[in-house]
Amino acid sequence: MLCQECQKNSATLHFTKIVNGKKTETHLCDYCAKEKGDHVPGSNSYSIHELLSGLLNGEDFFSNQQTSRQMKKKSLHCPNCQMTYEKFTKLGRFGCSKCYQAFGERLDPILKRVHSGNTVHAGKIPKRVGSHLQAQREIEDLKKDMQRYIENEEFEKAAEVRDRLRSLQGNEVDKGEGS
Amino acid sequence: MSLERFISEAISPWMKREGAESDIVLSTRVRLARNLDQYPFPIIAPEESSYALFQYLQKEFQDQEYADKGKLEVIPVDDLSQNEKRVLVEKHLISPHLAEKSNYGAVVLSEDEAVSLMVNEEDHLRLQCLFPGLELREGLTFASYLDDWLEGKVTYAFDEKRGYLTSCPTNVGTGMRASVMMHLPALVMTQQLNRILPAVNQLGLVVRGIYGEGSEALGNLFQISNQMTLGKTEEDIVEELQGVVQQLIQHERAAREQILESSKVKLLDKVNRSYGLLSHSYVMESKEAAQLLSDVRLGIDLELIQGVSKNILSELMILTQPGMLQQYAGKGLTPDQRDERRAALIRERMQLEQGSSD
Repeated sequence: MLCQECQKNSATLHFTKIVNGKKTETHLCDYCAKEKGDHVPGSNSYSIHELLSGLLNGEDFFSNQQTSRQMKKKSLHCPNCQMTYEKFTKLGRFGCSKCYQAFGERLDPILKRVHSGNTVHAGKIPKRVGSHLQAQREIEDLKKDMQRYIENEEFEKAAEVRDRLRSLQGNEVDKGEGS
Repeated sequence: MSLERFISEAISPWMKREGAESDIVLSTRVRLARNLDQYPFPIIAPEESSYALFQYLQKEFQDQEYADKGKLEVIPVDDLSQNEKRVLVEKHLISPHLAEKSNYGAVVLSEDEAVSLMVNEEDHLRLQCLFPGLELREGLTFASYLDDWLEGKVTYAFDEKRGYLTSCPTNVGTGMRASVMMHLPALVMTQQLNRILPAVNQLGLVVRGIYGEGSEALGNLFQISNQMTLGKTEEDIVEELQGVVQQLIQHERAAREQILESSKVKLLDKVNRSYGLLSHSYVMESKEAAQLLSDVRLGIDLELIQGVSKNILSELMILTQPGMLQQYAGKGLTPDQRDERRAALIRERMQLEQGSSD
């Protein structure tokens, strides 16, 4: 079948539109289909968001506690930007950074699905915003070190680590009070 | 330095340097999605908020210098004509989303076009760094420094548990998408790619055509990138991608060797026919051009064609895109007119090559 637009290439895209029982068919080659669509490559493609929002909406479909969840879903919203959880599942996107806090653990199954089972960040920590977290990670590491030294009965080393821990924790407390 | 040069030249200055594995890997891109904690995300932001963010960032970036990249230029999307936007998309300097759907969108470009910061895209900031050849590790280091520099100017939305907070849950965590543009003609010819791609997908990587999401693989060019952004470090993500890309390179090289051994004359015929068509045609569709350019580039890499510069594939692929052609013509063109212009442009370019090789 030839493309009905250019009558030159073979038609590779076939659209069928049914409005009030009236059927119209369109047959185009990809070249003309692109011409008819947006004039920027890629912009008229099926986007990841549509795919994702399908995924998010599917979540409750399989749920056993569908009704109770539906109730919860209605009331759950972000106090900062007023984005509801329901709207989020439709858009496939958050309204502001506070949405993450607002939707909390409800996000875990979604994130797991998108990120191969992961829900917690393990990558870069920003220097300024994340300085507290950086210190926290260090403290956690030192605590583990100390535990290991104690188990191995290397008490002198454990004491060294303890002192470093104390000064680190002291800093963190000062900061906490200051801000 | 002006907008004019970003628009008029198909080859970005950064592309002129030769990168690693450049017979197969054309370019590397590292993109970081970042948001500011005080503003709603662009998708629901009221106009005043998008405008305020635009003004704030314009003040921060205008006439700033970054490292050895020189002065940065802020270009508001609304200042661009429809066709100029299209050209920047074709050059991969802005996304289709920024061109068409943003409110008070802007792009901040470095002089060599290797750094592009999109403002008010799906996220407040999209940092993009481009490199020739396979430079994933260097790319990550560079992007991370740029990220630190930006953090000195703005306060990022960051959460201890979820990492860098993004508008779309597919980007949260590192906010990083690393991608590599590969030319894989021999794997396509020997039909091995169809078997390899599902395996690549299973490793959590995505394969796309040259113009990203939903686009077709023109000219045997494929973009390989990470899908996952949460739960792994940036370094691990990049190492995994690097590993797969290295394997694809080996497979492609083996397939090239195999074709050379089993059917050298046929290959010699194919690449030279393509060379002939490019040099002598008067009407050329973009799809055909892409395929022929891919053949010629393969011929150059296998030393079956001499005296033609390697850059011809990446340069003419961009130069013969509709927006670029219209920019050169200085007016809108119908598809038929474009096919003629495209053929003429390629003919001229091929003659130039022949002239220089004498």
